[in-house]
Amino acid sequence: MAGATRTPTNLTQGGKTDAGIGASTLRPDGTLKVTGEFAYSSDMWHEDMLWGFTLRSTTAHAEIVSIDTSEALKTSGVYAVLTYDDLPTDVKNYGLEIQDTPVLAHGKVRHHGEPVALVAADHPETARRAAAKIKIEYRELPVITDEASALAEDAILVHEGRDDHHIGHVPHPNIVHRQPIIRGNADEAAKKADVIVSGEYVFGMQDQAFLGPESGLAVPGEDGGVDLYVATQWLHSDLKQIAPVLGLPEEKVRMTLSGVGGAFGGREDISMQIHACLLALRTNKPVKIVYNRFESFFGHVHRHPAKLWYEHGATKDGKLTHMKCRIVLDGGAYASASPAVVGNASSLSVGPYVVDDVEIEAIALYSNNPPCGAMRGFGAVQACFAYEAQMDKLAKKLGLDPVAFRQLNAMEQGTIMPTGQPVDSPAPVAELLRRIKAMPLPPEQQWLAAGEGADVRALPGGLSNTTHGEGVVRGIGYAVGIKNVGFSEGFDDYSTARVRMEVIGGVPVATVHTAMAEVGQGGITVHAQIARTELGVEQVTIHPADTQVGSAGSTSASRQTYMTGGAVKNTCEAVREKVLERGRVKFGTYHPAWATAELLLEGGKVVTDGGEVLADIADVLEGEAVDLELEFRHRPTEPFDLKTGQGFGHVQYSFAAHRAVVEVDTELGLVKVIELAVAQDVGKALNPLSVVGQIQGGTTQGLGVAVMEEIIVDPKTAKVRNPSFTDYLIPTILDTPTIPVDVLELADPNAPYGLRGLGEAPTLSSTPAVLAAIRNATGLELNKTPVRPEHLTGT
Amino acid sequence: MRVTFTVNGRKQEADDVWEGESLLYVLRERMGLPGSKNACEQGECGSCTVRLDGVPVCSCLVAAGQVEGREVVTVEGLADFAKQRAEKSGCASGACGTSLQEAQQWQSKPADSQTGENTDLSPIQQAFIDAGAVQCGFCTPGLLVAADELLERNDSPSDADIREALSGNLCRCTGYEKILDAVRLAAARGENQTAGQGA
Repeated sequence: MAGATRTPTNLTQGGKTDAGIGASTLRPDGTLKVTGEFAYSSDMWHEDMLWGFTLRSTTAHAEIVSIDTSEALKTSGVYAVLTYDDLPTDVKNYGLEIQDTPVLAHGKVRHHGEPVALVAADHPETARRAAAKIKIEYRELPVITDEASALAEDAILVHEGRDDHHIGHVPHPNIVHRQPIIRGNADEAAKKADVIVSGEYVFGMQDQAFLGPESGLAVPGEDGGVDLYVATQWLHSDLKQIAPVLGLPEEKVRMTLSGVGGAFGGREDISMQIHACLLALRTNKPVKIVYNRFESFFGHVHRHPAKLWYEHGATKDGKLTHMKCRIVLDGGAYASASPAVVGNASSLSVGPYVVDDVEIEAIALYSNNPPCGAMRGFGAVQACFAYEAQMDKLAKKLGLDPVAFRQLNAMEQGTIMPTGQPVDSPAPVAELLRRIKAMPLPPEQQWLAAGEGADVRALPGGLSNTTHGEGVVRGIGYAVGIKNVGFSEGFDDYSTARVRMEVIGGVPVATVHTAMAEVGQGGITVHAQIARTELGVEQVTIHPADTQVGSAGSTSASRQTYMTGGAVKNTCEAVREKVLERGRVKFGTYHPAWATAELLLEGGKVVTDGGEVLADIADVLEGEAVDLELEFRHRPTEPFDLKTGQGFGHVQYSFAAHRAVVEVDTELGLVKVIELAVAQDVGKALNPLSVVGQIQGGTTQGLGVAVMEEIIVDPKTAKVRNPSFTDYLIPTILDTPTIPVDVLELADPNAPYGLRGLGEAPTLSSTPAVLAAIRNATGLELNKTPVRPEHLTGT
Repeated sequence: MRVTFTVNGRKQEADDVWEGESLLYVLRERMGLPGSKNACEQGECGSCTVRLDGVPVCSCLVAAGQVEGREVVTVEGLADFAKQRAEKSGCASGACGTSLQEAQQWQSKPADSQTGENTDLSPIQQAFIDAGAVQCGFCTPGLLVAADELLERNDSPSDADIREALSGNLCRCTGYEKILDAVRLAAARGENQTAGQGA
């Protein structure tokens, strides 16, 4: 389709930046992002484009008796109004693993905010007003909001007639998936325990709260297909779900990644993608959809809220004897990533500790609460919150130092996981704990530092001026966690990279083309570094991510530097070999080193490992390009046994430890986190600046859920009470403390460059460390996140 | 309605503006300036922060009609804005201050190329890149406008000053540490420059 557009472009970096892996090179998209020129999905623009709007259910569980769109259709400026009846093919549902999510509601809505109808108009406000004229008659149904109502004898089934591959092993159709893990004999081992502690823990529903709202542009093509510019975490996963419901072959749905304003798991699922395509194909005009923040809270899945029951035993000298736990995750109305979250929650429920005798059960419910799925930490976060609280309880009961107690039971390389899988690369859990404990503590009473009375900005309550230090008590807490890296349980997890090397203007340049979603993490920075290291070039061009190249897998599970970084490395090595082959053919007779020495590409030249220059790459290539596209896989995994949970399920593990220092105004229940120190093993820091940025960002999301973040769902109506940044609070710069970071680099021999996926681990232990510090300050038990003032004052 | 105002030193006009449209919408969708961001559209996140007659405001909360005849600086004009301020006062970080009148009378120069590394940036923009303060970058434009304004009034802010000044800008990626680093870096570079000039 002709016409002016604003869409993503190549990013070329070179000249000023020539460093390879291990250096803190700067982002290739940095300049565009600080000048406002970077094209985010909500910035897409096309001449003559229309605006789409989604009408969502105002109730959580109801039959749809009727939908009347006639008034909306009559509205001036409206081009199309679509409901379920307008869907073009027999495929009407989509989903990451289970295709249980209707593109538009059919006969029934299962959660508050479910899409029911779509409008396209020439102005977003016109679309919104027209949507408001659509009349929907609902017949309310009872809501399922927790385990008791989901499994009650007369419970309505959230999904009738389930035929997915989990239905055969779940005890009730309102359970999405169940994963037990049995190893050793927990009851027998419990007899050796001198102390036993148990607890019930509640983890609130967290939102990813990425800042760039769900948005994108669908442009109808002349071939009957569609070009879709969108922000997502995995283009090819979207494509597989989009094409069938449009009735198009995948090659007619051409997806390009536009700028992604954060993701954190919230863009693994489809949001506006299909809706924009449907409207574009119906109207034969480009259609842009941009959610506002209110709609964004309904437009993506959240972190599973959870209830967790734990029992641990230990001998009086501090050795864990056994662990039993039961984890109930609320998956909400649609499956999303719930099965995989269950697998993580159960297989990582012991934490980074040696416990040979365990009895574990994790389930995810179907309910009428908002759908829950992926968020940074993915099932490991909820468990970490609970087992770390248990560790502190045990240490207290045994009269041991909480850090020393953890170190005594810390796993290490060679430890067998509860799944029977050995940990076969470094697991420096005790060392991480030692490091955070050894860090200097922030000085006491920092609010007096300026010497002119109390600086209230350094106190709980801040500029609200609620205390000048009276009633303020300091507390210190520790926590450590374990996260898996990459897709687990036998998933064929691969990534693809295309690399082209050619000489332009006498200078060798590399172009890297992958479908990896750059969501802010800095994957493209690292790809350019890898290309420089492997190909000896300075100038690297990053092609926009699209579906014209093979899948890169998801930007999630801490996997992209490992997987697409690994794919870029792998393809670069193959490109280098092709270049060297050409060199051998052309120049081999002139110098024996071509046949005998190990050859590298460095500084635009072919050199021996001894540093002798054999040829310019420009002379070797002589105007020809080397261009390869190759897939890369991590080592295979296998599913967990459905009865015992045994299996080589995970690729790699990632560890971080936190020390939190808090000050609590015990009279008002206000908490100020003073410092959150982190130590993390990253295997190899490909870009140290970005590594530290990831660790600090992940830590802050853990802090948020500790003291302020929760989507409140009314237990009577299953309606969301706080879908806005006014009512759903995320940490501001005033809420966030200094975050000193200590990075270890213990290589994993199985991983590219020895690196360890790192994005999620810091989100795990941050929350329990803050909770532990508040408990330390107040002496309260505190078994729920987020901690609210009333939990501290008992009011 | 028709709205006429000055954006980054140039007169701009928008026709057929619906009365409910925000300044943010007009900038992004009618004037081709999508740099100001739309993260919440309810005045909570600061991603749409612009200078309105020199004062930082959430452009999502300003009705387009309110801007008639007034001066707006967005992230797209920040580099030029800082450059002109520096030429007037010899102080690129803005640390030497700009009067309201000066801000109102500011005019942009022709647009720089947008090819990337060689673009002319203001000190705060360069500091954000150098300090690693940009991840997804969606909060960045608003933070840049707010931080630039802070340094204009306060050439060596304490950490508490920086936190207070940027407390209206949400960032979900960085944990703010590198944003603090960036503002400290811009302030330090400003001091060095001033010292170098013997001022």
